[in-house]
Amino acid sequence: MKYGVVGVQGDVEEHREAAEQAAGKLELDVDTLDVTTAGELRECDVVALPGGESTTISRHIEEDGLAEALEEHVEGGGGFLATCAGLIVASHSADDERVVTLDVVDVDVERNAYGSQRESFEAPVEVDGFDDPYPGVFIRAPAIDSVGEAEAFAWLNGDVVGVRGGPDDNVYALSFHPELTADSRIHELVFQDAR
Amino acid sequence: MMDETGDATDVESLKRGTDLVKRGFAKMQKGGVIMDVVNAEQAEIAEDAGAVAVMALEKVPADIRKRGGVARMAPVETNEEIIDSVSIPVMGKVRIGHTAEARILQSIGVDMIDESEVLTPADPSNHIDKREFETPFVCGARDLGEALRRIDEGAAMIRTKGEAGTGDVSEAVKHQKRIKGAIREIEGMNTEERRNFAREIEAPISLVEETAERGRLPVVNFAAGGIATPADAALMMNLECDGIFVGSGIFGAEDPESMGEAIVEAVNSYDDPEELAEISRNVGGGMTGTSSADLEDADRMQYRGN
Repeated sequence: MKYGVVGVQGDVEEHREAAEQAAGKLELDVDTLDVTTAGELRECDVVALPGGESTTISRHIEEDGLAEALEEHVEGGGGFLATCAGLIVASHSADDERVVTLDVVDVDVERNAYGSQRESFEAPVEVDGFDDPYPGVFIRAPAIDSVGEAEAFAWLNGDVVGVRGGPDDNVYALSFHPELTADSRIHELVFQDAR
Repeated sequence: MMDETGDATDVESLKRGTDLVKRGFAKMQKGGVIMDVVNAEQAEIAEDAGAVAVMALEKVPADIRKRGGVARMAPVETNEEIIDSVSIPVMGKVRIGHTAEARILQSIGVDMIDESEVLTPADPSNHIDKREFETPFVCGARDLGEALRRIDEGAAMIRTKGEAGTGDVSEAVKHQKRIKGAIREIEGMNTEERRNFAREIEAPISLVEETAERGRLPVVNFAAGGIATPADAALMMNLECDGIFVGSGIFGAEDPESMGEAIVEAVNSYDDPEELAEISRNVGGGMTGTSSADLEDADRMQYRGN
């Protein structure tokens, strides 16, 4: 399986490391790569849009032709994981002209909803199907304000912080950063679905 | 959001200001350009150009050099005006060792604090104890020892010191190569040698071990100090920096909008010479600058703080 992380800006390396760890646990043969061209993206089974600055990532993927390739990937049922800034870019709307959203997962989000970096936090997240809470890391995180044709699957104190959606339930989009913790359960979930 | 819903948010389970949260913030800046700005108008230009964050200050380093005198934290109003004008993170500079300036910036919600040699140091022998803050810090370093001492004090991000306000990239190159060289050196050492090395550089052995095992600094490592053109930015990215700070290079250029965009593009395409040539076309002249070699030691900001 090929796991590509859109490599224009943000914590790309951390996503690759988390994927490698998850692949090891599941004994899956996964190659990870940085995706910087549409051609590279088309070869991937699972694509991740990492954390970073949504305005910057949005700008680069529009210019590099990655936005269109990403839309096609999701439309074709390819696995897709979007975290934090990735969620903002993947959403239906962020109500902010500074970010061009891809609308590959039907949620409306609000950027920096929890406040500035001083208000960033770690907190346990309830995830559908997990026995124990997941260690959520929220960094200037977006909030999911409304969920359309997608299904909530992760909650922080009752607020939705993760959804599953897309044409084939092939999209996971999260407010938090599973790539920053040593707990690889989220990446495992994405691989199990994509298999 | 949490407050508006009226839900009883379980505050006990939220942990703020942890190393993971602070270092995580720095990781979100990777592959990006952080631009110095002195007002809201410049901050908006930087955001439009694709900056991942802006650094609020009263004067860009080149103007600090020209003016001389004591350089301090930018006025609170300047920081607030900039915070209100953009959606990307805002960083602010404080003087080395000036804990009170740092507390002020934390209280107004600056996203990251730069304990910076560009300002006049407040304490020649001690840096701020950065662990007591929830807001993450970035600090400059000229070598591995400085970098690890700052990380030990709680810095969540390191940048080269370079020589700010000169538009001369040579010092940043020197500092980055020195750090990389020292990491290669400790990678080849046994435990005993690493212990001696840690003692020499006055850094904890645990950080020396961690750096050697990872083959890189334990926190994000940006380039700063003298970067003035898209090619300079690409050069530093090729030296394995995680991203770029540009000080006087953007708003000291003939056409700040074009230069800002071009440097952002150059960081994204640093290993593609044809693309870099395209990016470097029509950006106008870079800042005039001063050769670092022409500076007297007393005028070198990099020797501030150790």
